[in-house]
Amino acid sequence: MPKHTSVHTEADPRFLQAAKEAWACIVLAALNFLWWFATAYGLGTQPVEEYTWIWGLPAWFVWSCLLGLPLFVLFIFVTVQTIFKDVPLDAHLTEPDQER
Amino acid sequence: MEAVNVQVLVPLAIYLGLIYALAVYSNRVLSRAGNFLEEYFIGSRGMGGFVLAMTLVATYTSASSFVGGPGVAYKMGLGWVFLAMIQVPTAWLTLGVLGKKFAIIARRVNAVTISDILRARYESRWVVGLTSLALVVFFIAAMVAQFIGGARLFEGATGLSYHTGLFIFAATVILYTTVGGFRAVALTDAVQGLVMVCGMGALFWGLLHAGGGIGPIVESLRETDPALLTPFGPDDFLSKPFILSFWVLVGLGVIGLPHAGVRCFGYRDSRSMHTAIVLSTAVLGAVMLGMHLCGALGRAVIPGLEVGDKILPLLSLEVLPPVVAGLFLAGPLAAIMSTIDSQLILASATLIKDVYIHCFQPNAATDSGAGKRLHQLSFYTTALIGIIVFLAALRPPDLIVWLNLFAFGGLQAAFFWPLVLGLYWRRANSAGALASIVVGVGSYFVFNIVWDRFWGMHVIVPTLVLGGLAFVVTSLGTNPPRRGVLDVFWGK
Repeated sequence: MPKHTSVHTEADPRFLQAAKEAWACIVLAALNFLWWFATAYGLGTQPVEEYTWIWGLPAWFVWSCLLGLPLFVLFIFVTVQTIFKDVPLDAHLTEPDQER
Repeated sequence: MEAVNVQVLVPLAIYLGLIYALAVYSNRVLSRAGNFLEEYFIGSRGMGGFVLAMTLVATYTSASSFVGGPGVAYKMGLGWVFLAMIQVPTAWLTLGVLGKKFAIIARRVNAVTISDILRARYESRWVVGLTSLALVVFFIAAMVAQFIGGARLFEGATGLSYHTGLFIFAATVILYTTVGGFRAVALTDAVQGLVMVCGMGALFWGLLHAGGGIGPIVESLRETDPALLTPFGPDDFLSKPFILSFWVLVGLGVIGLPHAGVRCFGYRDSRSMHTAIVLSTAVLGAVMLGMHLCGALGRAVIPGLEVGDKILPLLSLEVLPPVVAGLFLAGPLAAIMSTIDSQLILASATLIKDVYIHCFQPNAATDSGAGKRLHQLSFYTTALIGIIVFLAALRPPDLIVWLNLFAFGGLQAAFFWPLVLGLYWRRANSAGALASIVVGVGSYFVFNIVWDRFWGMHVIVPTLVLGGLAFVVTSLGTNPPRRGVLDVFWGK
């Protein structure tokens, strides 16, 4: 058995980082949901005669779908650049105690 | 459409030829690989960012994104495009939530399949057995449906008969998956992803051209039915609870799809994953938006279709020159093939790794004599599953058609909680996982039979809630997992 199973469990720092990244993704998904939902139902609930139009399409659709996509691609790009860290994916970080 | 349409057929044939070439290349790599199982079933975890992104996109987009989805958008208008866009976070949710932890643990326990991870985490025959069973059964049902969709498309576009279409189509997928393994699957997915994007761009451009620009198209939809331009659709079909529950089914729940999950530990390094998150979000979003928008706006160019499913093939033949239409139709075929191939290789991996090796040949991976048999057996298994699916698609049994309706949600009901809680909740144990699988899959079937919708929602929502509750309550009522497991999943 590798040595690390007998000593007190010490968290792998890469897992803490991974948890942080996972939370960032969940928060971003929640924001995406809010944007998608609020723009569509906020601008699209009234009768069609009262719609505002952008580029020939209903404004709710443009904000929610056409602009929502590039906006969140940008957000996920920034998230990855700032919060995600480049870590090695090897099985164990320190003292590679045995061939697995 | 009686005559064979040669101009459409030629680009398709060239495209299929390219795919065969990739399979041969992958087979060369395979014959040089040190570890057969790791290479055949997970491509030696060597996917770079671009291939990872494209294979994820190709796996998510299936027959429904090209045939069913645009078909419904045709009837429902912009509201259905809006609903499809809830898939935008899917890529970053799956890659980000399973994340690097998943990739690291997969390397620790030498995981080739999702069941390998579950085995290491729960150390339970029952958890592994039941999830493997769910996987193989649901995958076969889903693949049959994809085959049928692919063959119908082939038939519609080329004028060849359904059976000829099915034969060419099925032979291609089965052959390249069997011969090339995971590497061929990922590489062809990458090509197929590109074809999809180009095809979609061409179609959209052709549609705008044929419809006289966005203004006249929207005006014509408005004359047909103003509700086509609202988020609610005709007759308020798309109620808010229904749309919200779709967020769970096609967004959040996708984390629990095993053929997507397995890609989340198949990449080479952190950098590949970072690139893939951004790239796959952009490409998946664009494909979803484009395809469904073509379906919705296509109603202005080809009005009065009874079966909405035919809108994309008809539209492409209508608005594109035949050769370009052939290339475009390679897109949906690509999407369908890439969903089948990923399910085929994982079903085969599950049977070989989780059933054959663990029950009959524990030393097959190391013993050289047994290793050679393993080699052959892996090829045979992949081919055999493919052939079973092909035969079932020739004359689909009712059971298969019925099971396919449940495949997508059923897989989520089985895998979502055991995967997510197994990774992030120390207290999660095998009894809890087992309870969530039984309660989840069981209640999913029951709910589907008893109710069509649950308080206006898709039944996946109460299913996941019940499955999660069963997991937590059972885990807390039984012993925590042993120390060694926690070390693998949390320790250094």
